[in-house]
Amino acid sequence: MSSSAPQAPSSPEPAPEPRERVLVVGASSGIGAALVRQLAGEGCRVAAVARRTELLEELAGSCPAGAVLPFTHDVTAAGEVPELLEQVRAALGGLDTLVYVAGVMPLVGAQEYDHGPDRRMVQVNLLGGMAWCAEVARLFVSERRGTIVGISSVAGDRGRRMNPAYHASKAGFTTYLESLRNRLEVHGVRVVTIKPGMVETPMTAEVDKLVLPITAEQAARATIRTWRGSLWSTRYVPLVWWPIMRVIQALPSRLFRHLEI
Amino acid sequence: MAGVDIGRVGVERVEGWGMAVGSTVRVVRPRTVEQLRAALREAQSAGVSLAPRGTGCSYGDASTTRHGWSLDLTGMNGIHDFDCGTGVADLEAGVTIRQLWRTALPQGWWPKVVSGTMFPTVAGAAGMNIHGKNNFKVGTFGDNVLDLDLLLASGELVTCSREENPDLFHAVIGGFGMLGVITRVRTRTTRIHSGEVKVKGISCHDLAEMMAYMDAHTGEADYLVGWVDAFARDESLGRGLIHHADYLEEGEDEDAARTLTLAHQDLPTSILGVPKGEVWRALRLFNHPAGMRLMNAVKQVAGRMEEWQGFYRQSHAAFNFLLDYVPDWKYAYSRRAGEGLIQYQAFLPKERAHEGFVRLFEEGHRSGHTPFLGVLKRHRPDPFWMTHAVDGWSMAMDLKVTEANRASLWEACRRFSEICLEVGGRFYFAKDLVISPDAARRAFPAERLEAFLALKAEVDPGGLFSTDLWRRVFEGDPEGASHGPLGAEACA
Repeated sequence: MSSSAPQAPSSPEPAPEPRERVLVVGASSGIGAALVRQLAGEGCRVAAVARRTELLEELAGSCPAGAVLPFTHDVTAAGEVPELLEQVRAALGGLDTLVYVAGVMPLVGAQEYDHGPDRRMVQVNLLGGMAWCAEVARLFVSERRGTIVGISSVAGDRGRRMNPAYHASKAGFTTYLESLRNRLEVHGVRVVTIKPGMVETPMTAEVDKLVLPITAEQAARATIRTWRGSLWSTRYVPLVWWPIMRVIQALPSRLFRHLEI
Repeated sequence: MAGVDIGRVGVERVEGWGMAVGSTVRVVRPRTVEQLRAALREAQSAGVSLAPRGTGCSYGDASTTRHGWSLDLTGMNGIHDFDCGTGVADLEAGVTIRQLWRTALPQGWWPKVVSGTMFPTVAGAAGMNIHGKNNFKVGTFGDNVLDLDLLLASGELVTCSREENPDLFHAVIGGFGMLGVITRVRTRTTRIHSGEVKVKGISCHDLAEMMAYMDAHTGEADYLVGWVDAFARDESLGRGLIHHADYLEEGEDEDAARTLTLAHQDLPTSILGVPKGEVWRALRLFNHPAGMRLMNAVKQVAGRMEEWQGFYRQSHAAFNFLLDYVPDWKYAYSRRAGEGLIQYQAFLPKERAHEGFVRLFEEGHRSGHTPFLGVLKRHRPDPFWMTHAVDGWSMAMDLKVTEANRASLWEACRRFSEICLEVGGRFYFAKDLVISPDAARRAFPAERLEAFLALKAEVDPGGLFSTDLWRRVFEGDPEGASHGPLGAEACA
């Protein structure tokens, strides 16, 4: 910051492309951890937010020194978000991108109707996402820049019999992100929805059979590529889920309920 | 922070309305006087300053801060009372002019003074002492404040009026938030007999014609405002269109029951068939000198046609809130932080106003910084210590700011200020982002300036209240902060 001399040169040398500053919420395992590792490897400044401190420390330790700043936080504690965001922003020296990737999917038995796990899925997958996205949206709108990336799921496209609350939480998050995108566009803030198909992560470790599985690293790579691109909407990962979900969404409910998909 | 309730706390970019200045800082939003008081104590113990802010409608740095916290009062927005017998409104700080008129109008009242946008808060309106298109007739917003409550840095809440704490009253109004936080405002409204005003367009060939018409009609008109095509030169210099509006007398509007409804005040939802939320994108195509020259020329022709039409009726909202027709229109200038627009509003005494404005426009042409919009208004003096109001005229000029033109624009503004000072002009802090400490010293009467600084030292000895404006103009610009050609990066 130079002094007020109005004769200062009006167009300074173009600055080198600054390193992207990314906040990953839900960073301790799965796609989140893969995102953190890839971003840190590229030289980004990453704030990694997750509940499990030891996993976070381990993750930060496995990345280039100083690239990853760990913050312990449980996304069900929405009240902490404003202050934590302030800390994250100060630590990173600004913020370019939020990725909300926290998600849980406890296995639900065929005859299980238990509010406990259902409630937890909504709290983590949906309410936590709303708390973080809203707080970051407020900041990004005020700066008229920034990208919000929400990791939703193909599971939000249709209500399968397997896990009603998981499907509902992802459907809710998808719709929330769409609304947010529509209200933020005018202010130059981008919202990208990522809908991964089946990804090999600790969350899906107990699932019997994964269809068209990809690794967390692949999902992370596709996610990063998408938000670095110019897309202002939704991306299926891998892309083959787009035609699949078009077909599945077109199935009449009467038929869909009898199918083992 | 733990345990002390000071309202919502978060981090945001806080910028001037014109977007050319701003910083990302902690924003504190108290909802009650108790939370506000706690926020003051919290800031004092943290050793940071507070920059009071309403809806952030000041164009420049009056509510921005590079250091310390932003104190956002929009959460304190209750209407204590509206007396439909007398039209006196008792309002919390963050009540907007929009809330006020929507409360008053159905009961047959309209705010005495409104700005070109309905979004400023009443505390902001008092703190910046804003004016409307009727300044020549009813004075400034401050002239119509009956009393206000002020929370001092000490935590003491004092009521100020012309009788009670009159020094504080006359310094706080127009004191740009530096003496304390206004928590409550009591203000008058005016009786109306219709939800509409009679409006007439008067097309003028040059500035002299425009000023002559306005001077000749200050006695009878309720509102007078001139739009000026700043691109016109030579014998057309200062050409434009006056809008002259009058209230309707009792009985003149046969359908008053209908026009005095909120529904009748709605602004149009589309403009030339384009949904108004999208209009700014179209305006962006014209947001350069050639485009604005064209738009101003088209408007001049449209003005001629409007004049043939004679008096027509327009709702109060449609007449007053021109800035609200196109949502986000400032984005036509830029959406990049640090770019946008500044408004340079010169207040010149009547004797030399014409000369001064002509020189300002010529300087604009010479330097390549022609205002995209010029607005001419007539003013009258008021008793407030730091007032901009003169017995004369003001010309508000919208100037585009880009990263590339910033340095030369600031230099042009420095020359504008020289012209203003030579003809005895003043400046207005709600608009300003450019004047230097020296220009301020020369513009304001020395005894008033000293009294104001002494009062600031007395009621805020620790310097709790501070903004970029304060530091730039009154603390001698210690870091070359917002004064000077800083680009987006330096503002971040």
